[in-house]
Amino acid sequence: MRPDLDIIQQWVTPGQHVLDLGCGDGTLLDFLQRERNATGFGLEINPDHITTCMGRGVSVIEQNLDTQGLDNFDDGMFDIVLMTQALQAVRRPDRVIEEMLRVGREGIVTFPNFAHWRLRWGLTLSGRMPESNALPYKWYNTPNIRLCTFKDFEALCRQKGIRIKSRRVVDCQHQNSWLARAWPNLLGEIAIYRITREE
Amino acid sequence: MPDTLPADSVGLVSPETLHFDQPIALACGQTLDSYDLVVETYGTLNSDASNAVLICHALSGHHHAAGYHAMDERKPGWWDSCIGPGKPIDTNRFFVVSVNNLGGCHGSTGPASTNPATGKPYGPDFPVITVTDWVESQARLADRLGIEQWAAVVGGSLGGMQALQWSLSYPDRVRHAVVIASTPKLSAQNIAFNEVARQAITSDREFHEGRYYDFNAIPRRGLMLARMVGHITYLSDASMGEKFGRELRDEAYQFGFGAEFQVESYLRYQGERFSESFDANTYLLMTRALDYFDPAWETNGDLAKALAPAKCEYLVLSFSTDWRFSPERSEEMVNAMISARKKVSYAEIDAPWGHDAFLIPTPRYTDVFTAYLDRVAREVGA
Repeated sequence: MRPDLDIIQQWVTPGQHVLDLGCGDGTLLDFLQRERNATGFGLEINPDHITTCMGRGVSVIEQNLDTQGLDNFDDGMFDIVLMTQALQAVRRPDRVIEEMLRVGREGIVTFPNFAHWRLRWGLTLSGRMPESNALPYKWYNTPNIRLCTFKDFEALCRQKGIRIKSRRVVDCQHQNSWLARAWPNLLGEIAIYRITREE
Repeated sequence: MPDTLPADSVGLVSPETLHFDQPIALACGQTLDSYDLVVETYGTLNSDASNAVLICHALSGHHHAAGYHAMDERKPGWWDSCIGPGKPIDTNRFFVVSVNNLGGCHGSTGPASTNPATGKPYGPDFPVITVTDWVESQARLADRLGIEQWAAVVGGSLGGMQALQWSLSYPDRVRHAVVIASTPKLSAQNIAFNEVARQAITSDREFHEGRYYDFNAIPRRGLMLARMVGHITYLSDASMGEKFGRELRDEAYQFGFGAEFQVESYLRYQGERFSESFDANTYLLMTRALDYFDPAWETNGDLAKALAPAKCEYLVLSFSTDWRFSPERSEEMVNAMISARKKVSYAEIDAPWGHDAFLIPTPRYTDVFTAYLDRVAREVGA
């Protein structure tokens, strides 16, 4: 399993009701169903991913977060709402985060850090939009339309009164080095945040 | 008509008539003391009877869902695109049961059958049948075949309603309900179209209050009109445009009211053919069954509450250009399932053919359907 997913699965306790926004081919939900006895749904728009989910017994709903939101889910109906590597691709990440914590008690969000030193360095040196392993696209075709830094995300959470329960910062190989822990906004490539509105 | 049977066909099949003597109490309050159901089966029931799939048909459907009755049959069964060896409903793995519903006109007891009380055809005296009644009769069929639990109950349109109803009437007897191009209840517009169809039939002079059999008559024009209006709701504007456009049968306008446009001629032809093979009273019954279907009726419109008893997993599929039962109607159902904490998967298939798309094997439809049922088969060890 992808190391970031491995970190996330440790935060899910047995029997929890989980919603996975942009669940991809359902790898994580499949694992959580089998190993954590979790229930729940994945939302996805990629047809091939949807087919794969159905084939492996992951409940998947074809639903576009940008156009349909999460209106069809009741308040507090999930224990955990996951969104891995999709925050930067939705039109209004602020609203999605609000909605995550409306339908779920806890949210887990992962996204690439635009303040990673290699991106900063690339922009400074070449004067062109940076590319990296975590962000391998050109400026004109990238699905990542809402790039932010760890500091930006944390500022948004403060502004919305959202509590960050924990944060893990990893590099692109999803290794959690002491350097990334020491200077996360400079050296961390991907962050995994656990957020809630509860005290 | 095939010269040789395609490798992915269930091949030559023959229907079987099963007689039921145990009276069945119907939603309308009447009872049918005995009745026949005509069924076709494809594939083999495994030793623990866990691989059975029930096919529920739509308005004008019947038991002949796959394969050929004879080498000179013009077309295979109505859902041959999805049922057969290696097809989404894989007959190498599943035992598939397809039944002509009660009230039908293809061999199961219906308005054209003889009423034992009078010795004449039932006609308008045949009780109005509901989706719930069909499920009840299908449950007895399952008993007869030794099937305690269906691996899946599958249907499109009115068939999807039966799959949904199965999950509520017999929660323990359904593992998976596959509800395709369907709706949790008809809209006013849907009912309105049905009413036009019924009016077309009942206002035909040959209808004779439904006793046309006694007069050796058939309300052909009425049935034809009913089918024409129905047929329009099965297609999309785009697919009709693609197929016919404004194409004329002759080169110029005739300045009359004959079938000048290709679409007119097509509808007339379809209507005429239908009126030769379908029973008018059955058409009335089937449209009424559609109108009445509303599992949330008893829960004050709260579908999630109505779904509470269900134990199965659902697959819901809709088609982008279906305006009869649009994707929004499927989503209504899916959202209620989510609210009721049922397991459900949903996909909206991009297809240009309107409601009829559920009968046409587009690649994505086939992929999703195959993937889901492959997993069902694995689950039941088939």
